[in-house]
Amino acid sequence: MAAVIWDVDLKRVLVHEGSRFELGVRFASDASRLVLYGPSGAGKTQTLKMIAGIARPDSGRVAVAGRTLFDSKAGIRLSPQDRRLACVFQDYALFPHLSVRQNIAFARRSGWLNPSPQVHDAQVDRWIAAFHLESVAGHLPHQISGGQRQRTALARALVNEPTALLLDEPFAALDNALRQRLRGELKDLQAQLRLPMLLITHDDDDVRLLADQVVTLQAGHVVEAPANQEAAFVG
Amino acid sequence: MEGAWVALALTLKVAFWATALNLLFGVGIGYAMARWRFAGREVLDAVFTLPMVMPPTVLGYYLLVLIGTHGPLGAWLLKHAGIRLIFTWQGAVIAAMVVSFPLVFKGARAAFETVDAQLENAARTLGIHEIAVFFRVSLPLAWRGILAGLLLSFARALGEFGATLMVAGSIPGRTQTLSIAVYEAVQAGQDDVANFLVALTSITCIAVLLAAGRLVPGRVAPRD
Repeated sequence: MAAVIWDVDLKRVLVHEGSRFELGVRFASDASRLVLYGPSGAGKTQTLKMIAGIARPDSGRVAVAGRTLFDSKAGIRLSPQDRRLACVFQDYALFPHLSVRQNIAFARRSGWLNPSPQVHDAQVDRWIAAFHLESVAGHLPHQISGGQRQRTALARALVNEPTALLLDEPFAALDNALRQRLRGELKDLQAQLRLPMLLITHDDDDVRLLADQVVTLQAGHVVEAPANQEAAFVG
Repeated sequence: MEGAWVALALTLKVAFWATALNLLFGVGIGYAMARWRFAGREVLDAVFTLPMVMPPTVLGYYLLVLIGTHGPLGAWLLKHAGIRLIFTWQGAVIAAMVVSFPLVFKGARAAFETVDAQLENAARTLGIHEIAVFFRVSLPLAWRGILAGLLLSFARALGEFGATLMVAGSIPGRTQTLSIAVYEAVQAGQDDVANFLVALTSITCIAVLLAAGRLVPGRVAPRD
């Protein structure tokens, strides 16, 4: 477990309607379950977006599982398409015009057309079964429950065998009982796939139940290095 | 009355081509304006919206200056391709296109702005390249708003008068569209011809507007 999985050093200055926000996030960790923790507005989502390649940092470096995705000094900047990171967004960002099956099959087709509603694909069927989505596979995202939406988003992200999993507040939209159950499911899934996972949250329970290590972010900067994780467990 | 049907056919042909060109440019430019941030974006937006508020005769005059045989574009086309746009139905297409462009452009921009950028980002992280993201996510979600704009633009192109008259003139059977034929019939005192043309135009426009009304952008359009 000595190999560094997450190697992140990112700088970005955001100017929005006259106010200036300076983001300088730097951490390195060998944890296969890393939690990025902090209050809202700390820059967690921005950090995740920069790792995923959908927001552009001013400078810095990102390497995940030994693969350099971004390095401003070396002139490396992989597109989000080439990073092979599975992302689960806060509101799940399911395609509202496509069924659960089509959402999950989305990445299985690279052309200009969406997968057909009847698409059959071993990987798609495998994930639909794994997340118990058979009964709602033909439904649109707005017709299914919050928990099913979260599972659909996970399945969609995992279907193309990514190298790591990034999750932005994956439990925030769910009620308490469901949250507890899905935390357990996610933990089992991660262990089963042995897929490095980075989870963003402002919820102490997520930290306590899911984190191997914690990076705490405040006002755009890391305030606690992963080494002294005990501090995070106190609260 | 036979002339009326010829005028209707010509009007529909001109409106169709003007709308088809607007689909291409209006959707492309509308998307760029909705998604890309650059200096002078709102100024450019105002320029593209200008045809909606400017008198059509003024637009027609600008077009004459530009694509007339002595205009910079018109002279170039004549010299290199032998194309003459003034007093042709193709000229009428350009006039109708310019006048109705803002309806498609505005509709498309507004429709693309309602599409959550996060959905496009999600598609990118799933490995889908940029052009496919546009056709698989942005366009299907903005489609209703674009279609409503296209139908309005078609209706506007059907009724185009001022700019068309300046650029294409009023040659019966070649550039005389319905609205110009109405004007000519009234000027010539042919009341029954005018009545027929007016009824024909009204029915066509109402049909288009009814179709547009059903496609006003609502919530996300579920497709099957």
